Amino acid sequence: MEVFVAIMVGALVTASVYLMLARNVLRFLFGLVLLSNAANLVIFAAGGLTPEAPPLIAPGANAPPEGVANALPQALVLTAIVIGFGLFAFALTLVYRGYQNLGTLDTDEMRLAEPVEAEKT
Amino acid sequence: MKSSLIVRAATRLLVGLLLLFSIWMLLRGHNEPGGGFIGGLIGSTGFILYAIAHGCRAAREALRLEPQTIAMVGLGVALAAGAFAAIPGDALFTGQWLFLWPSEGSKGVPLSNILVFDIGVYLVVLGSVLTLVLALEEEV
Amino acid sequence: MTSLWLLPLPIIVPFATAVLAFLFRRGAEGRWISVMGSAATLVLGVLLLMEVLANGPQAAQMGEWPAPFGITLVADTLSAVMVVITGITGLAVAIYAVADITEDMEEMGYHSLFQVLIAGVSGAFLTGDLFNLYVWFEVMLISSFGLLILGGKRVQFDAGIKYVTLNLISTILFLSGIGLLYGTTGTLNLADLSRIAPTVDPGLMTVISMMFMVGFGVKAAVFPLFFWLPASYHTPSFAVSAVFAGLLTKVGVYAMMRLFTLVFTQDIAFTHTILLWVACLTMVTGVLGAAAQTDFRRILSFHIVSQIGYMILGLALMTPLAVVGAVFYLVHHIIVKANLFLVAGVANRIAGGTELARIGSLYKGAPFLAFLFLVPAFSLAGFPPLSGFWAKYVLVKASMDIELWIVAFVALAVGLMTIYSMTKIWGQAFWKPHPGGIVPTLTSLEPGERMALLLPIVSLALMTVLIGLYPEPFVLVAERAAEELLDPAAYIAAVLGEEEILQ
Repeated sequence: MEVFVAIMVGALVTASVYLMLARNVLRFLFGLVLLSNAANLVIFAAGGLTPEAPPLIAPGANAPPEGVANALPQALVLTAIVIGFGLFAFALTLVYRGYQNLGTLDTDEMRLAEPVEAEKT
Repeated sequence: MKSSLIVRAATRLLVGLLLLFSIWMLLRGHNEPGGGFIGGLIGSTGFILYAIAHGCRAAREALRLEPQTIAMVGLGVALAAGAFAAIPGDALFTGQWLFLWPSEGSKGVPLSNILVFDIGVYLVVLGSVLTLVLALEEEV
Repeated sequence: MTSLWLLPLPIIVPFATAVLAFLFRRGAEGRWISVMGSAATLVLGVLLLMEVLANGPQAAQMGEWPAPFGITLVADTLSAVMVVITGITGLAVAIYAVADITEDMEEMGYHSLFQVLIAGVSGAFLTGDLFNLYVWFEVMLISSFGLLILGGKRVQFDAGIKYVTLNLISTILFLSGIGLLYGTTGTLNLADLSRIAPTVDPGLMTVISMMFMVGFGVKAAVFPLFFWLPASYHTPSFAVSAVFAGLLTKVGVYAMMRLFTLVFTQDIAFTHTILLWVACLTMVTGVLGAAAQTDFRRILSFHIVSQIGYMILGLALMTPLAVVGAVFYLVHHIIVKANLFLVAGVANRIAGGTELARIGSLYKGAPFLAFLFLVPAFSLAGFPPLSGFWAKYVLVKASMDIELWIVAFVALAVGLMTIYSMTKIWGQAFWKPHPGGIVPTLTSLEPGERMALLLPIVSLALMTVLIGLYPEPFVLVAERAAEELLDPAAYIAAVLGEEEILQ
């Protein structure tokens, strides 16, 4: 099971790197979303993946049965997803505002903060 | 932009249901699936639906407070709930329980600062989601 | 009881201040709430430091969940010192902001964003849990995003996009590293990690340590990951860039110092050699970048990069003296760098810009400001008797002690280059006549404004001189912090208790 998730993480990272190499900021951002999902899957897989064995404690017992997945990474993933959601919502708004203000999504043309020497004079 | 009659008619019914459902989710959250975060998301869905049907200005008026203010008040409530543990001398965010009218076989009505914390989370989520969504709605 | 609450309070107070400042953001109360809250944070930081110096590392378990299951807050000497410095910077910038921040920005919630940023920084310094550190990084990030684009100038959006995207990559790397580390060791509590790390496959740990090195490297702005910093730090308002310059990158350096002394010590020959190269290249590229710039704040931004190199150098050498140097440098740099950005703000206010070609005559019109610029500038370059001299001296001595002559030479040469770019600012902004023909003076500011702008600058400059003239107590504290970093037994005992119950 972990092997499949590992391959999936690899595929996600490949796709996200491909997207992030684009000049368009929006594509870059989509690449970033994929990358953050890959990171979440890494944490998820770190807790162990066991089909049909939920990490639940039966009534009356003190510990879950042997061989269940570790539940902590799942809680961590949840936190990471929530934080990621907030950050990307912000980043998307920023890119949109940036597009309105700068009139471009091409990173090569975003030179306002770092002007090229020749343009300055 | 005017939304369709069906959306507006359904909204009238749904908004109330969603808000009620969100509060129910908030209250059942301690031992069962639910809690402040989910509740806040559901509650904000209600207001977003209202904004889609009647426009953002109407939704802001229905909220009465600015969404940012709601989020910040929520943060304050959550902090206060955590800091409340100082009174019995426990560490920050330690759960404090009070059982009202205990009787044989039942512990009574449980009151805790955990619920207050969850209400704070509810407000933070409601406020921040609405801040983002309304700002985006108004612009696009 | 005392340490139970002294630890979380430097985080809670800024959050509470943020809430109050937001509710009162429409009036003048907001900014004074911010100043009062910052002062309270500073006082709490000092109390915490005194407690740590008296009784050794302190730990508090949040919600009374025992370590390593719950979130632990830990303060050893380094953390406590960093919290105090955060308080000092926070208070200085909060006072400065009274005059620097416009009412529009206040209404957008500047003060509460600023306080949330301070809370995030304090949280990152105090946490003893890796995932919690990630959360504090995000708190800092979110509020710094807001602060960076507050004001809404076009150039700020350009800078903001670069800052946000590159920092997001770093947090994602950090997060993946956390996942892998948890999968390998089964814990995220730093003290527990330090105990378990030697028992797992060292090769795997080295791979994971690389993820953290890159993730924190972006935050700390080391070579070759620093490009977001000079692209963005010169665009927001001056109060914001001062607090960014002082604190944000240093959180990355702190995280690196913490992890690479406490957890990733399996293969020091490999990891710390990489850090050594990174440190030297960071020093050189940063200072060369500064030499090529023509804007007051952009020169200073590149200096941040080059100075980060010195701190990483101290960590890379890993000798007791070198770590003392790194800690001392960290403290000195925050004070000096924040101060230089504050001076740039006043220069901008009275001379009408930061582009060096467009300003001048500052020495003629405002000799006091010129003096206030020289103190941190010389300190940054490492002139005696200022704080930077001792910081550089310790680091150079540490590298000569283990016969790394080239490293010592680079450290000294970079100091010389720093002076070169500082003289550029001096010659252009202070000596050269103003191209507009005006003579900028401090009296052109309103008295209240002048007070709020100059008070933090004067206090920070005094602190620089004080550290320079009486370095002994500061070096003693730095020595103690270094001892605790290199021998984390006390740290681990404070977190997990004397006997390790949970095997």
